[in-house]
Amino acid sequence: MLSIKNLRVSINNKEILKGVNLEVRPGEVHAIMGPNGTGKSTLASVISGREIFTVDEGEILYKGKNLLEMPVEDRASEGIFLGFQYPVEIPGVSITNFMRTAVNEQRKYHGLDPMPANEFLAKMEEKKKMLEIHAKLANRSVNEGFSGGEKKKNEIFQMAMLEPSLAILDETDSGLDIDALKIVANGVNKLRRPDNAFVVITHYQRLLEYIVPDIVHVLFDGRIVRSGGKELAIELEEKGYEWIKAELV
Amino acid sequence: MDKDPNNILEEVTQGEYKYGFYTDIEMDTAPKGLTEDTIRFISAKKNEPEWLLQFRLDAYHKWLGMTEPAWAHLHHPPIDYQNIIYYAAPKRKKELASLDEVDPELIATFNKLGISLEEQKRLSGVAVDAVIDSVSVKTTFSETLEKQGIIFCSFSEAVQKVPDLVKQYLGSVVPSEDNYFAALNSAVFSDGSFCYIPKGVRCPIELSTYFRINAANTGQFERTLIIGDENSYVSYMEGCTAPMRDENQLHAAIVEIIALKEAEVKYSTVQNWYPGNKKGEGGIYNFVTKRGICKGNNSKISWTQVETGSAITWKYPSVVLMGDNSVGEFYSVAVTNNYQQADTGSKMIHLGKNTRSTIVSKGISAGHSSNSYRGLVKMTKRAENSRNFSQCDSLLLGDKCGAHTFPYIKTENKTSIVEHEATTSKISDDQLFYCNQRGISTESAIGLIVNGYAREVLKQLPMEFAVEAQKLLSISLEGSVG
Ligand SMILES: Nc1ncnc2c1ncn2[C@@H]1O[C@H](COP(=O)(O)OP(=O)(O)OP(=O)(O)O)[C@@H](O)[C@H]1O
Ligand SMILES: [Mg+2]
Repeated sequence: MLSIKNLRVSINNKEILKGVNLEVRPGEVHAIMGPNGTGKSTLASVISGREIFTVDEGEILYKGKNLLEMPVEDRASEGIFLGFQYPVEIPGVSITNFMRTAVNEQRKYHGLDPMPANEFLAKMEEKKKMLEIHAKLANRSVNEGFSGGEKKKNEIFQMAMLEPSLAILDETDSGLDIDALKIVANGVNKLRRPDNAFVVITHYQRLLEYIVPDIVHVLFDGRIVRSGGKELAIELEEKGYEWIKAELV
Repeated sequence: MDKDPNNILEEVTQGEYKYGFYTDIEMDTAPKGLTEDTIRFISAKKNEPEWLLQFRLDAYHKWLGMTEPAWAHLHHPPIDYQNIIYYAAPKRKKELASLDEVDPELIATFNKLGISLEEQKRLSGVAVDAVIDSVSVKTTFSETLEKQGIIFCSFSEAVQKVPDLVKQYLGSVVPSEDNYFAALNSAVFSDGSFCYIPKGVRCPIELSTYFRINAANTGQFERTLIIGDENSYVSYMEGCTAPMRDENQLHAAIVEIIALKEAEVKYSTVQNWYPGNKKGEGGIYNFVTKRGICKGNNSKISWTQVETGSAITWKYPSVVLMGDNSVGEFYSVAVTNNYQQADTGSKMIHLGKNTRSTIVSKGISAGHSSNSYRGLVKMTKRAENSRNFSQCDSLLLGDKCGAHTFPYIKTENKTSIVEHEATTSKISDDQLFYCNQRGISTESAIGLIVNGYAREVLKQLPMEFAVEAQKLLSISLEGSVG
């Protein structure tokens, strides 16, 4: 589904990703861990097409297509979803209106008519229920005045509405209380299908108890320095990153 | 033309006007330029009473002694007032045989606005069957209104039908000497709307000039007078949201609103005159004076405007809060793109005790445009315990446009409170990326963000207007980013 080869990325001539290789197959859940500032969010941004980064080398194939040539909104319509580490506020635009626009623009991309209003609202209700989201929240402006946890929950809600094939969740767990974490993880698990995949960026092994990854990667200084099963996450939690650093030298 | 217009003018001005000029089709246009004769010609054409002719002449003489205002934050080449035709009888625009003859760009805009084919034809001047929907709507609708004693007609009709009402209120809110363009309008106004809501009547429908057949070709020097008698209510909508092409360069309208005791008048407008092309060529100069007076106690006037058109807009809908406890409101969204210039805002003049006013102004600038808010809040000595709250926000798209805020505040008593807040913001790359990442194109994202930004104002609009206004905002900003 996603195939990243030797990806080198810089911003303002500062190299951040220094040759990343990653292979994600349908049905898999990958976790990416790593110290602060090592390039996890950068990787997520580049996959979704953020233009402020320069791709110096390498390629990203998604469902066999060259992702790097695709505009951001086309990548989204092709099924790539990014749950933001820092979701942005859009004052005055209700979540309902925002989602309806997104759903319909994606449908337009696929040559479909806009979703009938009643169908759309029913879907909203269903997903809100699944994620235990307050009815009122959907009438509020996108992320405006939301608490940290509410913002993260809203990201997962949007994911549920858009039903992507590849969802990248960037630290969706930080800011969530224990109950919300379970709800979110549960939501993700319900959305898992043999034909979609998740890349979960996190600092905490706790999330991975609920969303069990097939593969855990450690991103360190712009490279994936280690990959393994879910035990790797437990090992990291116990030993920290010093241990990996030591091994690298 | 086989008659010297001056002779005709003489004939008309002396003695009674009997036959009018309607048989003489060629004479339906006044000669270019503005003189006393032009005014006599217009007045005679419209079969006006003597007092109205005197009103016009008086305004004309005042105008001669005035100079164009230079204080607004606007730039335009000088207007040659002698090179304008001040009267052209309700001439029929050249009718087109089918929509194929209409500018495709206009059709594209119609479609984006979701305007029906019939309506497209009507708006672009394509010949249509006599029985189109809006005509039948108009009839049933007039009957409903008449039953309640509501008068809603063209200004010229009102002069004939209810001259005393017109005489009593014309110029009572905007005196002809008020400003240069008001004087000009008072001298040469062509037509407009008149509306009177009797005591205790709540007008059951949104009144719209949209349904007024006579509205064609009266745009240039329009005159509107709305009177809400005691304890009445009306919501009035000016214009329609389809793009109106008009060859007239200069527009100088006047709108006067009178709200008597406990009356409420809500006035909404969506202005989208031709803004000129991308290089800033052509386009309407829109110099409008709109003012309402809350004459009686507990009365209320609110202005809501969405301004997206015109090359230059100069417009300050105002409220004089004379009655105690009266309320004035102004909600505005002004969009400027390309080389458009807008200098708009509001004046709230508090005269009565416990009066309240609110100003919410949202400026959106793109391209090389310039967008200014200019407002005056005045608390006179008598206006004890009064309050004003003003919120003036500017949203900038790109870095070549400009936004300016000129709030003037005068307080002559110690018990009144005036609050002013102003912000300037930009659509951030982060917001655009966030929308793009959900599959929303940059163009739609801008529409979404701008509409969100303007929501506080848009929600004041009557429903049928609001939806179209939202689309219009997005369309006006197309191509402004990226
Ligand atoms: N817009 C930017 N301009 C300059 N430097 C940037 C920009 N975005 C990211 N960086 C730098 O790139 C590096 C990687 O940042 P990134 O956000 O990808 O880290 P991360 O692994 O997600 O960290 P965290 O765990 O703290 O979220 C950091 O040194 C960061 O300062
Ligand atoms: Mg990060």
